Amino acid sequence: MSVLVYASATDGKFKKSTFEVVSYGKKVATLLGTDLVAFTINADDASELQHYGAEKILSVYNEQLSVFNAKAYALSIEQAAKSNNANVVVIDSSADGLYIAPLLAVGLDAGYASNVIAVPETTDSFTVKRKAFSNKGFSNTVISTENKVIGLAKNSFGIYENEVAASVENFNVSLSGDDFGVQSTHVAKASGKVTIADADVVVSAGRGLKGPENWGMVEELAGVLGAATACSKPVSDLGWRPHSEHVGQTGKPVASNLYIAIGISGAIQHLAGVNASKVKVVINTDPEAPFFKAADYGIVGDAFEVVPQLISKLRDFKAQNS
Amino acid sequence: MKILVCISHVPDTTSKINFTDNNTKFDTNGVQFVINPYDEFVLTRAMWFKEKQGASVTVVHVGNATTEPTLRKALAIGADNAIRVNAEAIDGLTVAKELAAVVKNGGFDLVLAGKESSDYNGQMVPGMLAALTDFNFVNAAVGLEIDGTSATVEREMDGGHETIATNLPLVIGGQKGIVEETDLRIPNMRGIMMARKKPLTVVEPVGNPIATSTKSFEKPSPKGAVKLVDESNIDELINLLHTEAKVI
Ligand SMILES: Cc1cc2nc3c(=O)[nH]c(=O)nc-3n(C[C@H](O)[C@H](O)[C@H](O)COP(=O)(O)OP(=O)(O)OC[C@H]3O[C@@H](n4cnc5c(N)ncnc54)[C@H](O)[C@@H]3O)c2cc1C
Ligand SMILES: Nc1ncnc2c1ncn2[C@@H]1O[C@H](COP(=O)(O)O)[C@@H](O)[C@H]1O
Repeated sequence: MSVLVYASATDGKFKKSTFEVVSYGKKVATLLGTDLVAFTINADDASELQHYGAEKILSVYNEQLSVFNAKAYALSIEQAAKSNNANVVVIDSSADGLYIAPLLAVGLDAGYASNVIAVPETTDSFTVKRKAFSNKGFSNTVISTENKVIGLAKNSFGIYENEVAASVENFNVSLSGDDFGVQSTHVAKASGKVTIADADVVVSAGRGLKGPENWGMVEELAGVLGAATACSKPVSDLGWRPHSEHVGQTGKPVASNLYIAIGISGAIQHLAGVNASKVKVVINTDPEAPFFKAADYGIVGDAFEVVPQLISKLRDFKAQNS
Repeated sequence: MKILVCISHVPDTTSKINFTDNNTKFDTNGVQFVINPYDEFVLTRAMWFKEKQGASVTVVHVGNATTEPTLRKALAIGADNAIRVNAEAIDGLTVAKELAAVVKNGGFDLVLAGKESSDYNGQMVPGMLAALTDFNFVNAAVGLEIDGTSATVEREMDGGHETIATNLPLVIGGQKGIVEETDLRIPNMRGIMMARKKPLTVVEPVGNPIATSTKSFEKPSPKGAVKLVDESNIDELINLLHTEAKVI
C-alpha cells in the first residue's frame, strides 16, 4: 500500500499547485502509515519534490508525452500506481488534472472525489471534505472503493516543506498508438500573462466601470500586484473583455489569496465562483451592494477615484517593501 | 450521426442551498430544478448538428421520476427522444456506468455532456463515460466541428486554448463557447406541445455498487462583517492587507 501523487510539470517546471498536492499527499500517507510516491512526466528536476516529503520519486522521460495527452498521461499514472500498489492517488485541479482524473479513476476502478479541501477525517471509512453546490456548501464524502482518486482543490491545503531523503528513479511506461486518438494540432497560450488559475491575486471588474475603455486602470492595478485580471459575466457578454476572464458559477472559478472586486454588485452566481478566495476586497459606490456582505474589506466609493489612488499607494508600498 | 446528450438536473443558479435530516440530505424545498447550464450549451450544439447534418438527438438522464420535467424540457428544445435510467444519481462512477450501458445499447457515436454539474460539481461523468466505452474524449470543449467521422475540437486549458483533431466515436465535456449564450434555445409553445408526444423511455439500471456517497453536508461558516475603510484612507487598506490579512 502507498499513496501516489501526480506531480505535474509545465514545460518541465513545477508550479506551486504541484508542491501543494505533494504536501497534501504526504499528510495522507502519514495518516495511513505509509510512504509517498511522487510521479512526474518530463520534469527538468524531479528531485525538488523531496523537499515536500516524497520518499520515492518516479520520473518518466518520454518523447511521446512531450505534448499533453489526457489518455496517455492517465495510463502512465495508472501504470505507476499499479506497480507501486498505490491505492490512493492525488491529483491537482488544473485544467489538465481535471481532464486526466476521471480517466484514471476508471483505469483503477476507483471512486473519485474532486474539489477536495482537507485530508481524510477518518481513514477507516475514508471520508474527505469537498466543495459542492458551487461553494454554497460542502459534502463529507465517503469513498468506499478499494482504490481512491482524490482531486485536490487549488489553494485549499497549503504548501508544507518536509525534507526527506528520496530515491529518484526512472519509470518506463508502455503506450500504444491507440492511446493517441486525440491529437493536439495547435496551442494558443497568452504568454507573459498571469492566468486566473495560477494567480495569488485576482483583480476583477464589473459593469460599474461603464465601458471597455476604462480597463486601463484595472490592468495597471493587476500589474502592480502581479495579479491576473478577471471580470463579471455581463462584461464578457458585452464583449468588453474576453470570455476567458469571465469568473463565477458559470465562468472560471477563483480560489486566490486575494480577490479585488471593482464595480461588481455581487450577484449570487458571481459570488458562488469567487467565494473560495481567502480575502475579498470590494470597491463599489453603492453601500447596499450585496458584495459587501461577502467581503472582508470594503471601500464605498467611486472606482474612478479610488483605483488610481490605490495604484499609486501600492506602488509606494511595493517600493518600500521589496 | 447518432448523438446522445447527457442531461443533469440541478437547482437553478439562484437557489439558496440548505440541508435537512440532520444535514444528511439536500433540502429541495422551494428549489426550482433546471437543465444544468453547461448541458444547455451542448444540447443547443446538438440541435445544430440535427438541423445542418441530419443527426438524431437522444437525451438521457440518470434519476428518479421527479426529474422527468427536465427531460421534457430538453424534448421541447428539440431532442427527438429521451431515456431516463431509473436510478438515484449518487455518485459519478455509477452514473457513468449506467450511461455507458445506454451508449452501447443505442449505438451512439457522439456523446455530448457538460463539463460539470452545477450541483455536486463532480466534473467526472464525461471522462469516466469515455474511458468505460473506450471513446475518444475532449474535456472543457469550447468549440466542436464534425466532418464525416473526423472532429475538430477547441479545448480550454489554463491560460489558453488548444485545437484538437480526433475521430468519432467521441465524448465531449462542453461549456459556453460550443455555442454562444445568445444562441441558447428556449422552448416555444409548439416545442412544448410536440414534446408531450415524443417518446420518453424508462430503463432499469444495470446496478453497480456505489463508489462514493455523502455522509453529511455542511454550510460555509457565516462570514464576519466587512471592515469598511474610508475612501480617503487608502493607506489603511494597504496596511490591513499587509499586516492583518497578510496577502500583500
Ligand atoms: C444562469 C446564470 C448564470 C450566471 N453566471 C454568472 C457568473 O458566472 N458570473 C457572473 O459574474 N455573473 C453571472 N450571472 C449574472 C449575475 O446574475 C449578475 O447579473 C452579474 O454578476 C452582474 O454583473 P456586475 O456586478 O458586473 O453588474 P451590475 O449588477 O450591473 O453591478 C454593477 C455594480 O457597479 C457598481 N458601480 C457603478 N458605478 C460604479 C463606480 N463608478 N465605482 C464603483 N462601483 C460602481 C454598482 O453599484 C453595482 O453594484 C449569471 C446569471 C444567470 C441567470
Ligand atoms: N445523473 C446524470 N444523468 C445524465 N447525465 C449526467 C448525470 N450527471 C452528470 N451527467 C452529465 O455529466 C456532466 C458532468 O457532470 P458531473 O461529472 O456530475 O459534474 C453533466 O453536465 C451531464 O452532462
